[in-house]
Amino acid sequence: MTSKNAIEARNVVKAFGQGETSVRALDDVSVEIRQGEFFTLLGPSGCGKTTLLRLIAGFEMPTDGLILLDGQDITYLPPNKRPVNTVFQSYALFPHLTVAQNIAFGLEMLGKPASEIRTRTERMLALVKLEAMAGRKTSQLSGGQQQRVALARALAPQPKVLLLDEPLSALDLKLRQAMQIELKRLQQETGITFVFVTHDQEEALTMSDRIGVMSNGKLQQVGSAKDIYTRPKNRFVASFIGETNFLRAQAAGQTARLPSGDVVELDLPATGEVTLTVRPEQLRLTAAGEAGALAATITNLVYFGTDTHVHLALSDGTEVTARVQSPATGDAGLERGARVGLRFAPGAVQVVGE
Amino acid sequence: MTAPHLSPAEQAQIRRSARNGWLLSLPALVVLAMAAVGPLLIVLVYSFLEPGKHGNVVWNFSTDGWTGILWTKDIFTDSFVLADAHLTIFWRSVKLSLLTTLTTFVVGFPTAWFIATRSPKARALWLFLITIPFWTNLLIRTYAINEVIRAEGLLNLALMKVGIISEPLKLIYTDIAVFIGMTYVYLPLMVLPLFAAIDRFDLRLLEAGYDLYASRWQVLRRIVLPIVKPGIVAGSILVFVPSLGAYVTPRVLGGGKQMMIGNLIELQFLAGKNWPLGAALSMMLLIVVTIALLFYVRAANGEKSNG
Repeated sequence: MTSKNAIEARNVVKAFGQGETSVRALDDVSVEIRQGEFFTLLGPSGCGKTTLLRLIAGFEMPTDGLILLDGQDITYLPPNKRPVNTVFQSYALFPHLTVAQNIAFGLEMLGKPASEIRTRTERMLALVKLEAMAGRKTSQLSGGQQQRVALARALAPQPKVLLLDEPLSALDLKLRQAMQIELKRLQQETGITFVFVTHDQEEALTMSDRIGVMSNGKLQQVGSAKDIYTRPKNRFVASFIGETNFLRAQAAGQTARLPSGDVVELDLPATGEVTLTVRPEQLRLTAAGEAGALAATITNLVYFGTDTHVHLALSDGTEVTARVQSPATGDAGLERGARVGLRFAPGAVQVVGE
Repeated sequence: MTAPHLSPAEQAQIRRSARNGWLLSLPALVVLAMAAVGPLLIVLVYSFLEPGKHGNVVWNFSTDGWTGILWTKDIFTDSFVLADAHLTIFWRSVKLSLLTTLTTFVVGFPTAWFIATRSPKARALWLFLITIPFWTNLLIRTYAINEVIRAEGLLNLALMKVGIISEPLKLIYTDIAVFIGMTYVYLPLMVLPLFAAIDRFDLRLLEAGYDLYASRWQVLRRIVLPIVKPGIVAGSILVFVPSLGAYVTPRVLGGGKQMMIGNLIELQFLAGKNWPLGAALSMMLLIVVTIALLFYVRAANGEKSNG
């Protein structure tokens, strides 16, 4: 055992509706979230990530399966009996209370002594740097400040697990990036387990210790950002996280033959008809006709600032995209229609399931 | 103070448009003067005159109308005695109005909550049903209540049939009858402003409350009620004020015995032939209600800003 689990979901099923019209928002999901980690549930809208979060919070009960907190069964415990707090997507701050009263609310409901409520509220205000706003109504705050109040309110009762439901989606880009760093800092300072829900892969990659990728009510893959990016388990995960190229191939052990007749080396052995994936930044352009390189023709060039996307066609017409760093002069010496050689970085070619 | 950078022509323009503004609001002011201020002034003036023999007023200044609110002149000894009949009526009016306001709130709040949490289509239907009684004359609706609660009425028949009671409950022509009638008549006036307030309430705050360890009762008391308070204030004013001046309901269901202020005023203008007393009673009602409302609204707002 490396570390204990803060949250464990066992074979959780959540169906909405009855009979034939019933929809499975969660379809046999099992996941273990470790104590003190920043865990992200990542997936497109409607994948079930928010439903899983609501089950952990206690706003919904699963149709089947168990939810454990620190090894205790909390599946049917109401939300006000769970040492778990939520930062809502809409913040859901209490409009009739001041910033300080919002933060103190959970502590008051827990029946903490007044002196403890005061010191804890002050510490939370300091933690999210809102000391000057303590007496303000929440409607007088900016979006970023409201976000921080929501965080402080949820952290004040020192929950065992903090749930965050796309809390940054309403903020503009600059503020969102600042809050990402802020969230990570808060998580490290408090040591509380964070379960963060987002559809934004960049957010997930930059903040998380581990990521659970979801789609269609199923957990597709769980792993560190690096794991998921470099070794996607299936086509969905590979395409949802970052950009990638897919190639059909006939695998035989350590190598696979592309329809163009070229042979590429595989990271792990496989046999039969397979789908290969290779990230655009793992493609290297070389001189045409170089030994061991695939023959390709440049079909388009798209300049992105730091790098340039090179759209290529293999000899059989298969399209792939390569990402090359833009040189200082801004001109990579590439032009449309040019014939080039294409190499894959060692270990870059992965076999993915469907 | 005129801004220094304005030319004389511009200043004249501003004066002209200010004058035009007055002219445009003139029709509204005339209507207001004729319909609201004028009649009130007449009532105020009448309250300081002497009663005529066959109703109407004699144009002599007198404060008898105002003293008559609380004291009656004993015709034998010519001394003033406390008008305890009036006090009974005032007390009954206040008591029944408060009780009506409280009951309409207790019944109206779950009703408004239910409607506000339906789908938009169902909500329109429920609101329509709530407003249907307004289409029927108040007198007819009050007689309908009479039909339900009288000795041989539906309620008594049903209760006797089931065997809960062996002889009819004496409801009609009691305070309870008046209270039932007013609660029925004024309930929509409580439900509609409550609905408007609850409709604006963000239901996600309930989850936020539960998430922060509040029980259902605490969520209601600490989150829902403070936020929908403007609706509660509006609803209770809309119910309390007309209840205090209610006239038809106590007349029909109180049978003329369980009088409220409205009936007392009517009595002075018709059978009593004491218009100054009736006018003074009307003015008193107006003043008391206004003062009570000022205090009520201030208290409600003050509480809000203090948390």
